[in-house]
Amino acid sequence: MNADLMIAIPEITLLALACLVLVVDAYSKDPLHLLSYWITQASLLITLGLVLYYFPEDASIAFHGSFISDAMSATLKAFICGISFIVFLYSHEYLKEHQCLKGEYFVLGLFAVLGMMIMASAYSLLSVYLGLELLSLSLYAMVAMQRTSSSASEAAMKYFVLGALASGMLLYGISMIYGLTGSLQLITIADVINVDSANRMYLVYGMIFLIIGIAFKLGAAPFHMWVPDVYQGAPTSVTLFISSAPKLAAFAMAMRILVDGLLPLLSDWQSILMILAVLSMAIGNIIAISQTNIKRMLAYSTIAHVGFLFLGFIAGTATGFAGSMFYIISYALMSIGAFGMIILLGRFGFEADMLDDFKGLSERSPWFAFIMLCFMFSMAGVPPFLGFWSKWFVLKELVASGFVVLAAVAVVFSIIGAYYYLRIIKLMYFDKPDSMTAIKASRQMRFVLSINGLAILVLGLIPNILMSLCLSALAG
Amino acid sequence: MTLTNLPILSMLIWTPIIGGVWALIAGDRQEQTVKYFSLAVAVITFIFSVLLYQQFDNEFAGMQFIEEASWIAAFDIKYHIGVDGIGLPLILLTTFTTILVILSAWEVIESHISYYMCAFLILTGLMNGVFVALDAILFYVFWEAMLIPMFIIIGIWGGPNRVYATIKFFLYTFLGSVFMLVAFLYLYSVADSFSIEAMHAVPLSLTAQKLIFIAFFLAFAVKIPMWPVHTWLPDAHVEAPTGGSVILAAIMLKMGGYGFLRFSLPITPDASLYFDDVIIVLSLIAIVYIGFVALVQEDMKKLIAYSSISHMGFVTLGFFIPFIIVAKTGSTSGALMGIEGAMMQMISHGFISAAMFLCVGVMYDRLHSRMIKDYGGVVNSMPYFAAFMMLFAMANAGLPGTSGFVGEFLVILSSFKASFWIAFTAALTLILGAAYTLWMYKRVIFGDVSKAEVAELKDINSREGLILFMLAVVVLLFGIWPAPVFDVMHMTMEQLVEHVMQTKVP
Repeated sequence: MNADLMIAIPEITLLALACLVLVVDAYSKDPLHLLSYWITQASLLITLGLVLYYFPEDASIAFHGSFISDAMSATLKAFICGISFIVFLYSHEYLKEHQCLKGEYFVLGLFAVLGMMIMASAYSLLSVYLGLELLSLSLYAMVAMQRTSSSASEAAMKYFVLGALASGMLLYGISMIYGLTGSLQLITIADVINVDSANRMYLVYGMIFLIIGIAFKLGAAPFHMWVPDVYQGAPTSVTLFISSAPKLAAFAMAMRILVDGLLPLLSDWQSILMILAVLSMAIGNIIAISQTNIKRMLAYSTIAHVGFLFLGFIAGTATGFAGSMFYIISYALMSIGAFGMIILLGRFGFEADMLDDFKGLSERSPWFAFIMLCFMFSMAGVPPFLGFWSKWFVLKELVASGFVVLAAVAVVFSIIGAYYYLRIIKLMYFDKPDSMTAIKASRQMRFVLSINGLAILVLGLIPNILMSLCLSALAG
Repeated sequence: MTLTNLPILSMLIWTPIIGGVWALIAGDRQEQTVKYFSLAVAVITFIFSVLLYQQFDNEFAGMQFIEEASWIAAFDIKYHIGVDGIGLPLILLTTFTTILVILSAWEVIESHISYYMCAFLILTGLMNGVFVALDAILFYVFWEAMLIPMFIIIGIWGGPNRVYATIKFFLYTFLGSVFMLVAFLYLYSVADSFSIEAMHAVPLSLTAQKLIFIAFFLAFAVKIPMWPVHTWLPDAHVEAPTGGSVILAAIMLKMGGYGFLRFSLPITPDASLYFDDVIIVLSLIAIVYIGFVALVQEDMKKLIAYSSISHMGFVTLGFFIPFIIVAKTGSTSGALMGIEGAMMQMISHGFISAAMFLCVGVMYDRLHSRMIKDYGGVVNSMPYFAAFMMLFAMANAGLPGTSGFVGEFLVILSSFKASFWIAFTAALTLILGAAYTLWMYKRVIFGDVSKAEVAELKDINSREGLILFMLAVVVLLFGIWPAPVFDVMHMTMEQLVEHVMQTKVP
């Protein structure tokens, strides 16, 4: 039992620290909630440190096979903590400026991070579900936190209703699989299917519900309806959060269920994911073109990126999954940057969430226009930025597995996608600004956002480190 | 051979890029410093390329000055560069043109001079990278990264319709290139290496070759550009600032030709043989039909843009005519002449189109119009300019004694060995080229001075004179004595033709 606790030490620490924030914040009278903020950031760093310190050499399983600590979970947890750290830094800036800072934001955020970490380590369908619900419930509340904003309430309602539906689907799928295999543990499920595939049709039936759950959480078409509304309606600080770290957790969930549990059904889920991937790339990229709100545009761009993410799964090899992991990590880094940019440009009473708010940014702030240029070219997949390598990686694995036509379809959609990213660069560089208002942001915000942007460029010039990291995380 | 110890190719790539970044950091406040600094970087880069030329071994067919380092160890992607007889002339063309472009911006570009210099210097480094990359992924990174500065150049300093033109340029060329990426990925799965030389060697079935050829064709035909995927070029040229047009015409178009020589022909020789009729027909359409289109243009830049497409038709013709010659005569000597002629045409067109665009730029800077009808009688107020432009117009029309003649003549000559009618159709360009170029020249330069603004035009200043003089020297030099270009590429081309004529089908 003691060994079990040691394996879960980062999660346990984070839980304790989250409770500490809850208590401290209850007694805090500081309108800026600085103490809660610093404890939150410190707890993320401590957890990150613990994850790295106890980085597992081999996979070890705890809690009767429902919790696993392996290279993949540790790598993902490290990125989840690191990215959430940046997210809270940007959000604090936003909440302070827009005077809607509440201590609960940090508490809920930390619980969401805890949920993600459990998802990364979940090794039975029940713990997958547990982590997912912890994450989702925190996010519903975070979206709804701006009580006076009707769009935020609408978004929260939509998110909650559709999210509950998706959870229901997932549970139904879980019950099907449990009924057929007699186990909730992923490893046992895989073994049972390997030995006896007589019930394959029923298994596939259950699997479809699991995939619907995954597709919903990632925001893949045709289960994407909530994404644009939630992204647009939620406060930017929350959109920033939803679009980054939870995607890593959703990736982990897909890996655990599809690869650890249902790999024997590879050929079945491959064809389903193929449909989801093509639909997501098509819907995401085409609808994004006509958007005028940048948050909504980025929402559709997320849908398109999720389509690309699936391509690595479709490849069906360990390197293919590593490609997907590389994709989702680089996407999260780009996404926090792009939303960070919106936060940077906004000020009290002004959201900077319309495309036109980026007009003439190169005149107002040449440096941050350049940083945004890095994010946009990277999302469009133009070398030498990081986004190119993520597309390259999944496409390479796809071609290596023989899906050349699908790869060709994917690149066509990435061309269509390039258009709306280019439009932002056009607004920033080729148009004149409407006003020359100076950018108002704290030094740390500027500094971190600059590092964020340069990282996209530098990691694009030397992608080897991140690639080897993903490859070794999935080597086992 | 002291230079072989220096990483001279890396210096050619990174000197301008680092220089460009410095120019950007220095900013617009120190305008003069930025200009002189950028010029110095361009000249130094040019000197590097001259040193490279000097040390280059003409008798050796393979890659020289090879540098190899691990880049992405996980997939064995290398920073692997080297130069042969195909890349070297194009590098010299690139570094030479960069000097002209920087000089031409001197007083003309008023806003954001540091961005401008930065964009062009980085572009130069990336273009050099394209010509020396020996790893397909490295090549692709340079190839695509090149679009970013060009996108910015057309978008910021372009004409009124610049946004449409630059987005069209970007998406069009991006569309072509991504299929090339898929082809690279497929080749990797077959050859198990991203090395271009390994891709040359790997055997491929005819079906695979055909598909790869089509993927490459989309990338390179858009870049050259060939009819019917040429429509981005007139838009981009018309809207681009003078420097942008010069780089587009002189170097970017050559990337397409380079791509055919480096990838299409050696990697998919059987598919090239299979598709040669199609390419030859498309080339002839470009030569003749686009020639007619050029004839009716009213915008000088558009006219030169169409004339570029028509001239590049010769390049693709020269690259694919060898297949017919070899099939017909069984000898490679005529074939070699076609390919070398096409290569010469690329180099010469680089200089001539640059000169023509600079001439239009000189007039545009004074009257802010590119329309032929706004001029007339320019010779009266700008006699020196008229003399220079006369030379370049003649070269554009392919007059013997200028570099424009050599390439076209060789390609037509080798076409005769293939078929009389191909040669006849191609030779129509001698009439058409003369017609559209000289007719434009006549309408712009000669005739009565109809407008008061034209009468007040100032002749070229010493800076413009220097640019045009440098180009005039090169155009005449290679017209009278083209041997240096041929000497450099001969061995490589011989090896290429030999390689291409062998089947790769297992």
